[in-house]
Amino acid sequence: MSDTTTILHDTANRLFADTVSASELARAAEGAWLPAQWQQLEELGLTTALVPEDAGGAGLEPADALGLVRLAGYHGLPLPLAETLLAGWLLAHAGLPVLEGPLTIAPARTDNELRLERTGNGWRLRGELDRVPWARHAAAIAALADHDGQPLVCLLTPDGYTLDQAVNLAGEPRDTVQVNCALQNAHVAPAPEGFGPQQLQAAGAALRALAMAGAIDRVLTMSVNYANERKQFGRPIGKFQAVQQNLAVLASQAAAAGAASDIAAEAFGAAPDLLAIAVAKVRTGEAAGSAAGIAHQVHGAIGFTEEHSLHFFTKRLWSWRDEFGREAEWNRLVGQQAADAGADGLWPLIASV
Amino acid sequence: MLSIPFPKPPTSDAAEALRHEVRAFLRETLADRPPAERALSWTGYDADFSRALARKGWIAMTWPKEYGEHERSALERYVVLEELLAAGAPVSAHWIADRQSGPLLLRYGTEEQRREILPRIAAGECYFCIGMSEPDSGSDLAGARTRATPVEGGFRVNGTKLWTTNGHRAHYMILFCRTGGNTEDRHGGTSQLLVDLSSPGITIRPIRDMSGLEDFNEIVFQDVFVPESAVIGELGKGWDQVMGELAYERSGPDRWLSSFALLAELNRHLGSRPSERAQELLGRITAHLVVLRRLSRSVAGMLERGENPALQASLVKDLGTGVEQEIPEIVRQLVDIEAAPGSGDQLSAVLAHTLMYAPAFSLRGGTREILRGIIARGLGLR
Ligand SMILES: Cc1cc2nc3c(=O)[nH]c(=O)nc-3n(C[C@H](O)[C@H](O)[C@H](O)COP(=O)(O)OP(=O)(O)OC[C@H]3O[C@@H](n4cnc5c(N)ncnc54)[C@H](O)[C@@H]3O)c2cc1C
Repeated sequence: MSDTTTILHDTANRLFADTVSASELARAAEGAWLPAQWQQLEELGLTTALVPEDAGGAGLEPADALGLVRLAGYHGLPLPLAETLLAGWLLAHAGLPVLEGPLTIAPARTDNELRLERTGNGWRLRGELDRVPWARHAAAIAALADHDGQPLVCLLTPDGYTLDQAVNLAGEPRDTVQVNCALQNAHVAPAPEGFGPQQLQAAGAALRALAMAGAIDRVLTMSVNYANERKQFGRPIGKFQAVQQNLAVLASQAAAAGAASDIAAEAFGAAPDLLAIAVAKVRTGEAAGSAAGIAHQVHGAIGFTEEHSLHFFTKRLWSWRDEFGREAEWNRLVGQQAADAGADGLWPLIASV
Repeated sequence: MLSIPFPKPPTSDAAEALRHEVRAFLRETLADRPPAERALSWTGYDADFSRALARKGWIAMTWPKEYGEHERSALERYVVLEELLAAGAPVSAHWIADRQSGPLLLRYGTEEQRREILPRIAAGECYFCIGMSEPDSGSDLAGARTRATPVEGGFRVNGTKLWTTNGHRAHYMILFCRTGGNTEDRHGGTSQLLVDLSSPGITIRPIRDMSGLEDFNEIVFQDVFVPESAVIGELGKGWDQVMGELAYERSGPDRWLSSFALLAELNRHLGSRPSERAQELLGRITAHLVVLRRLSRSVAGMLERGENPALQASLVKDLGTGVEQEIPEIVRQLVDIEAAPGSGDQLSAVLAHTLMYAPAFSLRGGTREILRGIIARGLGLR
């Protein structure tokens, strides 16, 4: 990591820590948009970190830019930073304009089908997109649509769709978007070579893996701190061996999630390494469930209240592990690659990631 | 943020080039080794193989030229280790000497000890065992009672060591014992001695383990004379030294690849078109191994930089042995087969061995509970 990246990460970390208070998290969970905080992200250049410099962005290396997503996960940043990074990256790499403001991408779920037709000297796009993150606040959605077997990137602006609001467990917007609009040629372009729905899904999975690693770091920190503060039987509960052993397991899961998210960050790109990202998503997803469970156990009843902050993070973990492909889906990809490698090829496959 | 740091593992072109060489060597040398023997993992014993490996320069790889003549990087060594384990190579004879006894001598040994022993380890000729555990002192190593009493020119040793892997076929033991103080002063007054196992007064009794192997032993010391020159490091500093040794003992891929032969056999059995359920379970374990490998390489990088990864090593060992123990359970969920020791069906035979050996994974080298205690200390809870 270069010095500038370290500085950027430090700055972002401070900004997130200063601006994402428990009351902000609570307001966002109720559906509030935090315009001032969003503006600060933009002013620091965080939102265009993955957009190349010649397209007006900060042009960071993906692994460095994605470090921001892990930090955002640690703080529970209730804003579409990850989605904006990915949408900006995809639009720029397809040569489409990267609009200002929050952006998002349509997950390439099998049920999210867009039909693109040629009309005169433009296009018509129809279809329904389910569970689009933050769609209601987005200045544009980047979506992939199939045309004659070729994936095309489409830039959709709010005048081209209507939406039904829905949320995930943490209250983050996951809207259903009905698309029926004309698109000008300038808003449709071929996806980067080799980049199709599976690659888009993998890119989203990589972002969620990073965010989960960050949120797991957070629940570990909260749990250890709480175990040092809370006293029962005359001493901090962290002095009890049973609690210590649980926290050790939580720390191990956090370490595994951290390593997995590093794998995801390195595998991100126009030709993402699907195996590596699949590994990262399933391992962080499994760690997420384990970490959330232990964190709640350590916190006792207070952690089960709405007033306590723990749930902002555990709910995100429970949702993020399902978004952009749950463990079962990505495990099947890994398992089939293992089967393809055969008994003697299994080790070389593992050692290749 | 309280997470335990695992820095990005360094990459090394030299190590990757070496990997191909190691694979080619293993393919040829182990061509006839059946899965049921590969399943022994690093308990498989074959002195000829150890010598052949030494001729390739793949023992004592990182030691300075004057003792081992290789001076390769910790990363190159790591690649050799993981390739050996993944292939189920019989590395047991030299494993402990290469992993911890040699490095301990390199760090604390006298010049004489190093000159005499290290080149023989590097040649694959000299094997070691670990004399830590005793009948009444397992996890509580500081409770060791074996005592070395000063006498003219050295010590007289009395006591019993237990579970000593390869004690019956090793040349030396690194003995952890009391040399002074009393058992009240638990850490002070302990030392490490380099004991020639052919010394008079040593009785070695192999113990059969529940999987049928005779790898570990009870070793009784009755008035065994050990010369002064056998003291490793400083008299009375045994505790600090042994803690350093445990970091070597816990840090490697031997703590997450012990069941790999079984996973490979499972993969062979499932074939190229596994069911969705098989894909999911196989995929999950594969993902775990990929991530463990990354954590483990991070530890290798820390060793390479001269850092002390004792905490990280404990964490990887705890996670790794858990996965090692899960693999037989996954096989049972996917394949309608009964484990049968010695079966001609290799999957059944490998499953049988791995199932029966698996309890040891989270005992040997420090139990799961002890490791988690170390992690809890790393979190500042103890
Ligand atoms: C295959 C194998 C090979 C071995 N090879 C060697 C060798 O070469 N050299 C050598 O010196 N030793 C060797 N050992 C011994 C090994 O190091 C010990 O088994 C281990 O340290 C545990 O000691 P113990 O078996 O006496 O169990 P105990 O220490 O009696 O523990 C029994 C149970 O109690 C738990 N326990 C103990 N203390 C605590 C505590 N404070 N808090 C919570 N739980 C606790 C343990 O975790 C364990 O679950 C080997 C063991 C095996 C199985």
